[in-house]
Amino acid sequence: MSDLTRREFVKVTGSGLALASLAGTLPGLAGCAGGQQFQPGYFGRFGIDSETMRKILSEALVYGGDYADVFFQHSIRNSVRMEDRIVNSASTSVQLGVGIRVLKGDQTGYSFTEDLNLESMKAAARTAANIASGVKKAPPQEYQPMILPNYYPVEMSWQDVGIDKRVAIAKQIDDDVFNEDERIIKNYVGFHDIEKYILVANSEGLLSEDYQPMLRLIAYCTAEQDGQRESNYFDYSIRDDLGFLTPERLTRLPKEAVRRTINLFDAQSAPAGELPVVLTPGSSGILLHEAIGHGMEADFNRIGTSVYADKLNKPIAQDFINIVDSGLNKHVRGSINVDDECCHTKETFLVENGILRTYLHDRISARHYGVEPTGNGRRQSFKHNPMPRMRNTYMLNGPHTFEEIIGSVKYGILADQFTNGQVNIGPGDFTFYVKSGNLIEDGKITSPIKDVNIIGNGPDVLEKVTMAGNDMALTEGGWTCGKSGQSVPVSHGLPSLLVSSITVGGKG
Amino acid sequence: MNKLELAKWTQEYAKQQGANDTSVVISKRRSIDIEYRDGNIDKLAEATENSLSIELYAGGRYSSHRTNDLRKPAVEKFVQNALAMTKYLGEDPFQALPDPKLYKGRHTIDLELFDSGYHNVETKKRVDIATKINDRIQGQDDRIVSVTSYFSDSHYENVHLKSNGFEGEYESSTFGAGAEVSLDDGSGKKPQSWAYYSARHLNDLPDLNGIADEALKKTQDTVGAGKVESAALPMILQNNQVRGLLGRIWGALRGGSLQQKDSFLIDKLDTKIASDLLTVIDDPTIVRGMGSRYYDGDGIAAKVMPVIENGVLKNYYIDVYYGRKLEMAPTCGGSSNLTFKLGNRDGAAIEKDMDKAILVTGFLGGNANSTTGDYSLGVQGWLIENGVRTKPIAEMNISGNFTELLNQLVEVGNDPYQYSSWRTPTMVFDGVQFAGL
Repeated sequence: MSDLTRREFVKVTGSGLALASLAGTLPGLAGCAGGQQFQPGYFGRFGIDSETMRKILSEALVYGGDYADVFFQHSIRNSVRMEDRIVNSASTSVQLGVGIRVLKGDQTGYSFTEDLNLESMKAAARTAANIASGVKKAPPQEYQPMILPNYYPVEMSWQDVGIDKRVAIAKQIDDDVFNEDERIIKNYVGFHDIEKYILVANSEGLLSEDYQPMLRLIAYCTAEQDGQRESNYFDYSIRDDLGFLTPERLTRLPKEAVRRTINLFDAQSAPAGELPVVLTPGSSGILLHEAIGHGMEADFNRIGTSVYADKLNKPIAQDFINIVDSGLNKHVRGSINVDDECCHTKETFLVENGILRTYLHDRISARHYGVEPTGNGRRQSFKHNPMPRMRNTYMLNGPHTFEEIIGSVKYGILADQFTNGQVNIGPGDFTFYVKSGNLIEDGKITSPIKDVNIIGNGPDVLEKVTMAGNDMALTEGGWTCGKSGQSVPVSHGLPSLLVSSITVGGKG
Repeated sequence: MNKLELAKWTQEYAKQQGANDTSVVISKRRSIDIEYRDGNIDKLAEATENSLSIELYAGGRYSSHRTNDLRKPAVEKFVQNALAMTKYLGEDPFQALPDPKLYKGRHTIDLELFDSGYHNVETKKRVDIATKINDRIQGQDDRIVSVTSYFSDSHYENVHLKSNGFEGEYESSTFGAGAEVSLDDGSGKKPQSWAYYSARHLNDLPDLNGIADEALKKTQDTVGAGKVESAALPMILQNNQVRGLLGRIWGALRGGSLQQKDSFLIDKLDTKIASDLLTVIDDPTIVRGMGSRYYDGDGIAAKVMPVIENGVLKNYYIDVYYGRKLEMAPTCGGSSNLTFKLGNRDGAAIEKDMDKAILVTGFLGGNANSTTGDYSLGVQGWLIENGVRTKPIAEMNISGNFTELLNQLVEVGNDPYQYSSWRTPTMVFDGVQFAGL
């Protein structure tokens, strides 16, 4: 039901992932040289070539759709989990399939099959074709491979990493958590990696291939002190290989998980009502994701249901505010070399010097508005149609320092760790949950607080951003954005920020 | 090879390759989703999904694997790789198949989980339903920006085998219909709301005009919504929203949460955790119930189980694995349908009797700390004054601790919501902290 509410949410990714070892090394991402014809790359092993794509697209256009594309995916997820001091489970999940989409105006026909034989794929294409009802069109004879940059170069495939390495890392983290503080009574370690290979070809003759790796490593611990218990976690999530897990990072993760947990023992509940809120850099970018990001996804604006639908090129924030959504950040969780419908990924300015600039487009909305796509057409898997989705959403540095910002607050709260957020697109009301923070009293950081939801209205809160720091950071954690039943990995970030007034949902 | 044969073959193959025991599930889901917007089909999507999942028990170790490639040679390779990996894991003495005695005594009630008319539903009928809902709303309010109506259905088939004698097979259907409405209230905001219903049988969905009218009315109700002064007030929780709150408590009743000390309800069995008014029964035997079943994921035969009786906690949700770790008898791994002991009037009658309260009709974001029971959640709804809805509420929050909240329950309605596995009536909680202005 939640996928119907248009109340888009973001949460820290669950730990229910997967373990596999399929033979194979890194795909030779064929066709990265311009002007060359497509040579079957990774998907060649499944018998997919230009001829296959031409036949599928021919079926897809049998009733004369305006546009069609075919999306192949092969993904392998591995998970190793540790609980009660032993590696007590591992899992693997393999997904293989192809989705076929046909557009007629703004209308979408979609079908998929998990069976990569030609007859099944043609049957799926014909199902999707039913959205149109005109005269057959011819598909392209040749497919032009897109020349793509690589924002997540890796030296090894996760498939080439033995499970013994994953197990050793999980054990090391678990040992470190328990050695860090004697109050720790339970710890969970999850080591999850995913490799996703995609191939997209469309009725315009474009073709793209990408290899999208992802790592997520998490420690979730529980501590006990004087009969009171608290739990908290720390995680990394990144598009990278095993090389990311340097000794420094492996040392830091358990220390942070323990520190965040132990800190909660001293924390009190937050006050209730409208207060100034200062956000620390990093996962605080959830504020942007909810307050403006979703509202700028062009599908909501195309049908006029977003609170931002009539505000393009108007001032919506102070002139030192610049907000971007980018797919270009090296190894960051929401980065993509190409979107899921053969559009180049970009750095897109949502807000430039306080002025609302550009919606986030997929092909449908770009065509609707007569603009270039922004490379935001993303989908969860071959089972889903693309939609405008965020990548890495963050605010560029502002003119203030963290100390100036804290110093300016008479009584308010400092929000430090965040776990989830949600937005109601139409009215623009949004929330984000603060796991831990502090009170600010007379310009100084004082008592710790915990577990409080903050709720505001997007355009209203952006107007109330009165100071922005020079210390922007992107979150390191594993954030997943949910919209209309589809989940995609994203990231976000902020510099230190002051919202002069917003409702803090404390106990009073 | 049909699903049962493939499951049996997979089980045998895994044993040949060195597994001591296995649990194999093969499933297939076919679904159709239609979105109809402002006079046109916006999206028509058809899907058929297959899945084979296998849990392996080998040499005291455990792993689980899932693939959608059900071709026999692919499954062979998949099982080989899965077993090869399992030997690197730690030995876990608690990981083993359930005691086969738990499989016995499966009830024989015909749950009617599958609508035998499912295959007769044609695409035209699906489009007609979505169109009818949309047409009903269009033109009723000049402020309408957009109306999207939905119809979806799915057919799910599942075969489950465990190598120590468990065998289960069932099929189910689900139908859903609803609408989402967006208005322009002239202030720059675009109030938006929706109504959506699901049922196992097509004929059990509510009247389509009723769904349409509700979606529009709910949206109209949110025009002009805003916050009021922060205060501790009685909270009337609309029947279909109770799960949004109690659902967060139910996670703390699970064996995994208890054993991992990630629950505020540890060691509470047979103690009072809630107001006398709260009685909750887990009932997997309701005919056509959205949560009805014959057995759970461990293969434990499904039984009616009291969870809370007059405020006293009677049962946790203990699965086989955590039951062994906790040295507790397994009950079942998770909730099926929940039914509640009812009061004697409905939500509307309760509202009329309130001097000042907030009626909560929806949640927005927020979270709860399952270890401590603290919660903080965004809410929307109505301010009730002297029995009348005086102001729509948005951008407000409730906060507190579940241990206290459960005891603040002062009334339960007689109006259980029928379209969910949680058949929740309206509930009233006293002295809830609302944050706003």
